[in-house]
Amino acid sequence: MKYVDEFRAPELITKAGEEIRKLADPRRHYRIMEVCGGHSHAIYRFGLKDLLPANVELIHGPGCPVCVLPMGRIDDGLSLAAQPDFIFAAFGDMMRVPGTHGSPLEYKARGMDVRIVYSPADALKLARNNPEKHVMFFAIGFETTAPSTALTLLRAKTEGLRNFSVFCNHVTIIPAIRAILDSPDMRLDGFVGPGHVSTVIGCRPYEWIAKDAGKPVVVAGFEPLDILQSIVMLLRQLRKGESKVENQYRRVVPWEGNRSALQAMAEAFELRPYFEWRGLGFISQSALKIRSSYAEWDAEQRFAVPGVRVTDPKAAQCGEVLKGVLKPAQCKLFGRECTPEQPVGALMVSSEGSCAAYFNYEHRKPVTIANAATN
Amino acid sequence: MSTATVLRKITFRETQIEMAHGAGGKASRRLVEGLFAPLLFGASAGPLGDAAHIQINGTKIAMTTDSFVVKPLRFPGGSIGELAINGTVNDLAVSGARAEAMVVTFVLEAGLPTEVLEAEVRAMGQAAEKAGVIIAGGDTKVVEHGKADGMYITTTGIGRLMAGVEISPQTVRPGDKVLLSGPIGDHGITILLARGELDLEAELFSDTRSVFPLVEAMVREAGSGVRWMRDPTRGGVATSLNELARDCGHGIILFEEKIPVRNSVRGACELLGLDPLHIANEGQFLTIVSSEHAEAALNALRCVPGGEEAAMIGEIREQPEGAVLVTTLYGGSRMVDMLVGDPLPRIC
Repeated sequence: MKYVDEFRAPELITKAGEEIRKLADPRRHYRIMEVCGGHSHAIYRFGLKDLLPANVELIHGPGCPVCVLPMGRIDDGLSLAAQPDFIFAAFGDMMRVPGTHGSPLEYKARGMDVRIVYSPADALKLARNNPEKHVMFFAIGFETTAPSTALTLLRAKTEGLRNFSVFCNHVTIIPAIRAILDSPDMRLDGFVGPGHVSTVIGCRPYEWIAKDAGKPVVVAGFEPLDILQSIVMLLRQLRKGESKVENQYRRVVPWEGNRSALQAMAEAFELRPYFEWRGLGFISQSALKIRSSYAEWDAEQRFAVPGVRVTDPKAAQCGEVLKGVLKPAQCKLFGRECTPEQPVGALMVSSEGSCAAYFNYEHRKPVTIANAATN
Repeated sequence: MSTATVLRKITFRETQIEMAHGAGGKASRRLVEGLFAPLLFGASAGPLGDAAHIQINGTKIAMTTDSFVVKPLRFPGGSIGELAINGTVNDLAVSGARAEAMVVTFVLEAGLPTEVLEAEVRAMGQAAEKAGVIIAGGDTKVVEHGKADGMYITTTGIGRLMAGVEISPQTVRPGDKVLLSGPIGDHGITILLARGELDLEAELFSDTRSVFPLVEAMVREAGSGVRWMRDPTRGGVATSLNELARDCGHGIILFEEKIPVRNSVRGACELLGLDPLHIANEGQFLTIVSSEHAEAALNALRCVPGGEEAAMIGEIREQPEGAVLVTTLYGGSRMVDMLVGDPLPRIC
């Protein structure tokens, strides 16, 4: 399969693994954060940790949109959808995320009209096809998915489609990285930068991380070779004592980003003064809200939102895991009270969530088999 | 049936039935083991196979039942009627039996066009004839409009056990090989795309068919070397093998590059964030064969039309106990768990 197989070629991957072992100074311990949940997923799915020396440690970052969403937002969305003739539409990722009284899928089993869509445009189609109902799209995601929500809002306005609204939970990645760097218990050597977010925002917004915080950033793709190559690039910088922003994912990410996507976002969204993140707390100017010129299609402006605030279950340490302070298995609930089947926190639900990725792919893996020959 | 596991206590604690309880993964297993088995099978419950083996006047027969609730009713490569016959034939086949006779129950929705029903009944007749199974009787119920998605079909079949083959997870030993009859994921992805909700298209067909000719050819060659068989329907290969790992207590290692998956299935899975190992199949089966019989079994499979792509995809090892591990050519590895709920497409 083109664009996949060449980035999974065993001989190239083996070579990249050797290069990493050569570059890593055995007297040093490297702590590299992969910001994006998609990277965490790929690292576990492809078993890439098996290829790294023990002193190159990968730390999961906050880039999992489902994970950082506080439970109150889910409760708010579901309570709006409890109105008669309402359709709650969301990405598959959201479906098993627990609210206080259950996940969207559980609400569906109790009779709520809950639909899985693959893009916000599909939600718009639902609205066109169900004129007697109101379709609310529960929007989540970083800058990766925000442009498609923005374009959908633009389209809804153009069409004058009145039975459609968006419950906007879009967040932005840079403030989250800043919050991590400001966190006193965090010592990091560099970042594997988010690939899909960067297709939209480009590489320039990371320059302060390299210049001011002095940490190298390499924007990376999601195939095994992409991730390993980005680690090679980071180690080369660290070895030379440099800190630059580099783009490993050039086949997809333009340095300046995607102008038309950014324009659509600017048209439909403005920054919220502050927004609550699970685990990271309130971060100023870290999320998007729908502009008043699109108020008619904004569920928050159109309906009375309860504004529920729920604290996470006390024993759950989602926040520490999200910040990279704890590894998934170090959480007290991991694998016992909290499993992908009966998740306590969202990190155990989303495939981008580090707990789910760890539980599915790594947990119970015997050390002796980790580097076994294939046959 | 083995009596090694005694299940009597009700352990099912969930307050209501969710879709996941029917999806073939962990939740389904909890329901069956935690509620049905203790109340219905009592102390005689053994590992839950695809068909029950019962004795009537000294004759051992296999018996199984399956309900079909697919949406849409027709899809590229098949339809609900064909599935209903092949599904039960296959459950019998992988328990080591040739399907002999079947009874059929239709639950029909008022308002269902007769031509739709007729097409499905025809499809069933053809599939039954092809599989050499007699339809011995049936029952029909009609429910109100708006229920039953057009139609549900239940088929119950009995079969004669083949001589010289003992299928049981307890006979599985480290060193045994894992064989797969052909490419995986065709059915599940075909259905997902046929629902038309994803705006994706691919040249892809359901793999629905009787696997009995493959099973028969393999058993003839490998006989007592065949330890275990299963058709990986809902929950896919990953779920079937995790059940086996749990039942036999050994580890199962899969070699990723050996697992046959069509490019169109791989592509759809990459796009949607799904694992082909979790996707349903309706015309494939998995088998564990002793290492000395494995080559012969594989050759036998490959000689049957439709078995050309059969492959040896892994082996039984001591570790990881009761779990499944996939290794890659470049030395990475990952655990593969049972499916949790339905496979849901992800965003990025």
